[in-house]
Amino acid sequence: MTFTYAAAPAYAGTPRRGPVTRLLEDERWLAVALLLPTVLLLGLFIAYPFVKGVELSVTDAKVGVPGQFVGLQNFEQVWNDGIFRVAVWNTCLYTVVTTIFKLALGLWLALLLNNNFKGKAFTRAFILLPFIIPTVLSTLAWKWMFDPTFSVINWLLFQLGIIHSRINWLGDPTLAMVSVIIVNVWRGVPFYAISLLAGLQTISPELHEAAAIDGARAWQRFRHVTWPLLLPVTLVIVLFSVIQTFADFQLVYVLTGGGPANATQLFATYAYQIGIGTGLLSQGATISLAVFPVLLLVVIVQLLYIRRVETH
Amino acid sequence: MAQVVIRSLNKKFDEVHAVKDVNLDIRDKEFVVLVGPSGCGKTTTLRMVAGLESITSGRIMIDDKVINELPPMDRDIAMVFQNYALYPHMSVYDNMAFGLKMRKFDRADIAKRVQEAAEILGIQMLLKRKPRQLSGGQRQRVALGRAIVRHPQVFLFDEPLSNLDAKLRVQMRVELKKLHDRLGTTAIYVTHDQVEAMTLGDRVVVMKDGYVQQVGGPLELYNEPANRFVAGFLGSPAMNFATVKVSQENGALWAANDGMQIKAPPAHIDALGRYVGKEVTLGIRPEDLHVASTADPTELGFDVVVEVVERLGSEILLDVAVGTDTMVASVEPGVRANIHDRMRLALNPERLHFFDMQSEAAI
Amino acid sequence: MIEGAIWRRWVFFYTPLTSFIILLLFPFYWMLVTTVRPDSELYRPWNAPNYSPFWTLHPTLEHVRDLLTETLFGTWMLNTMIISIAATAISLFCGLLAGYALSRLKFPFAGSLGTMIFITYLVPQTLLFIPLADIIRNFRLGDTPWALILTYPTFLIPFCTWLMMGYFKSIPKELEECARIDGATRWKAMVYIIFPIAVPGILSAGIFAFTLSWNEFIYALVFLSSPDQKTVPVGVTSELVRGDVFYWGELMAGALLGSIPVAFVYSFFVEHYVASLTGSVKG
Repeated sequence: MTFTYAAAPAYAGTPRRGPVTRLLEDERWLAVALLLPTVLLLGLFIAYPFVKGVELSVTDAKVGVPGQFVGLQNFEQVWNDGIFRVAVWNTCLYTVVTTIFKLALGLWLALLLNNNFKGKAFTRAFILLPFIIPTVLSTLAWKWMFDPTFSVINWLLFQLGIIHSRINWLGDPTLAMVSVIIVNVWRGVPFYAISLLAGLQTISPELHEAAAIDGARAWQRFRHVTWPLLLPVTLVIVLFSVIQTFADFQLVYVLTGGGPANATQLFATYAYQIGIGTGLLSQGATISLAVFPVLLLVVIVQLLYIRRVETH
Repeated sequence: MAQVVIRSLNKKFDEVHAVKDVNLDIRDKEFVVLVGPSGCGKTTTLRMVAGLESITSGRIMIDDKVINELPPMDRDIAMVFQNYALYPHMSVYDNMAFGLKMRKFDRADIAKRVQEAAEILGIQMLLKRKPRQLSGGQRQRVALGRAIVRHPQVFLFDEPLSNLDAKLRVQMRVELKKLHDRLGTTAIYVTHDQVEAMTLGDRVVVMKDGYVQQVGGPLELYNEPANRFVAGFLGSPAMNFATVKVSQENGALWAANDGMQIKAPPAHIDALGRYVGKEVTLGIRPEDLHVASTADPTELGFDVVVEVVERLGSEILLDVAVGTDTMVASVEPGVRANIHDRMRLALNPERLHFFDMQSEAAI
Repeated sequence: MIEGAIWRRWVFFYTPLTSFIILLLFPFYWMLVTTVRPDSELYRPWNAPNYSPFWTLHPTLEHVRDLLTETLFGTWMLNTMIISIAATAISLFCGLLAGYALSRLKFPFAGSLGTMIFITYLVPQTLLFIPLADIIRNFRLGDTPWALILTYPTFLIPFCTWLMMGYFKSIPKELEECARIDGATRWKAMVYIIFPIAVPGILSAGIFAFTLSWNEFIYALVFLSSPDQKTVPVGVTSELVRGDVFYWGELMAGALLGSIPVAFVYSFFVEHYVASLTGSVKG
């Protein structure tokens, strides 16, 4: 018995279909078409610069002067650079301290917000403002608040009788680091709080009630019920925050510019200073790459975590 | 003319062989029901007819044209889904008009067809509403309406009544039957509910583990099941099964176990002859058991102990112990029976079934 | 609520909560006060007697006026607005299509591609800005808004894709299947059925992308040099300082006005913003 294969449909009301339409009916070709713009953009402006950055770091290029291959010379130079070492220390300190405070305070705030009270939605909306408003603009406000002569913070502390001579927030090396940490924590707490709040809200209240009936007090309930269930969300937030903080630029640039005397110099600000400020592109690129190991670590941990979650 | 012919259809998902060598001839205007437990391959088969799953091997033809390579939009079919799949952002009218718009019908035509379908289904007053404002039954009707406006060659139904409550389900079943009578379009209907299969199908296809077990009219499958699975699947309460040994005594064949001794009726003597000395499965439906009276021959009855009495009003279900087995008997409401009673049940010899123990085929 | 005596509620709840709110919002208040405070009051030392910094009795709009007339602030606002909207549009377009492909189509390497896009989200701008500056210059996009319009999507698209994927996953696949049986091509089913249903998700992603664009600094700092090309963050921090003198009145006015569009957009779509924030975290 012979059969004919149905090709063009032979019933009323069917439009003609061109070859492109037919091609896009295939899942795989449609996927290619849909992903093309994204892959192009990301390839051009992330993958390509990354490769170029690595390339730059092994040449001696300067602004306007194409470079020659110099192997690992830049890395050696950078490693022996005293300021770079200070930047390493600063960045690590900055990241660790701010993350700890952001997590602790963010968690506290999230726990507070997890109650029902009048104006909760309103409060939640306002709380996010430090995170919404452009960083440099709010950092400018802090700079004004820390101003050596006109600081309102100093005024308040003076009025309360806590200090008698001014606190040189931005001029003293140690205090400058403290100031920068304060502003970063101020900015990050809302993000942690709102994200952790969302995590808290997925924990069924019945679990807490059951624990309470079982005799657990508030602190124990937190330790044994809340915290373990919150851990996955916390991990995601912390990983993301760590990489952002490690590569932070805006805040320090505006507040202290890396000073005084490199007390708050971070990788990003130093890379900017060397690469753009003095035009030593290759060295700037090398310094930028210092962020890469941490990035790699974060990515690997995230991927492992995702894989574990997906196999459950 | 819309006959659907399925030849040697196979579907493999990676390693899982979901549909195995299915052959089916569906006549024009026929309402065919694919029924079976979950995982039997009925939905996968339907989806291959729809074009939503690719075909691993075999052919599907509509009116002698092989449609394997045609995308769903070109197959001139309509499908009603289990959860209706109504477009939530469109009104009922737009839901029903969508298919026609895609096929570039003009607005007057669309309006006419939608009105027509809405009248048939009694949903004219709902045309401006959005799906979320409709009840389950109304949504189901809109889904039906969306299918019929297109005047397709074949209707496909994927368990459309499963999401409705019991009462609504019965109602919709009747309406579907009336609709099919009126429209006369070829239909393939998938369900796991054997009641729907029996009441709706012109022919029923019972599937299990990817294979077709039996094809035939509902009563044919009910009265002459081809194997133990079909016998036990159709009918509620299900057919009773007992393992018995066939022996020959006094020139007659007997099927016996520790609870009963039944003389094989003449119709079964030839077939059972081959099983003398072996064990077979005996099957008898609950409604074919009755309380034995003096008129019933002793070789067609057995003693039982009543374990549970379920009075349904229209009948009484007796869960009885027969030797070490249990069986269910459906008797008239007037019968007096209580737990722990001993009584004698007789069976209707013409309604007796036997199945091979290994192959499970009917003997 | 914390059960128990009222004092416990005050100590463990109201006091900490209020403290948090005050500390988090004070800088904005300070911005506002400084903006409307006349210069004469502004520059009083921290230990001057009889000084009440928390309010002013002579509010003035002179700083705002100076900002708008004597600087290019208006231009910066326009630049930033155009760039943010354009970058958001591009990112939404790419994110929608990519999110659909990754969540609803089956094709080889789907998993790896999704992972790679996710990874690019983690790459910080400070790692790429130096080589990227070079590339921008080579494409002759330096000192034009295009430098930013084309590079911002690099950190906006992954996020939009991710968000839309989550959204698409919640739409039952029967809807598309039904549309395809009804006669729609895959493309039409995507555009006419799936996208309209995903509008809330698109809104969330758009809002978040807009605020992220407005906030971006280092690319804007490095790729733009002419004062009339700058965005608000860059302009305010670089152009409002003459010599070593900080004109705090104008600076705070600039900071305040520069924050308003973002705060405005945010206020209308708080729910959507929070949804996208928490959506990205719950992954």
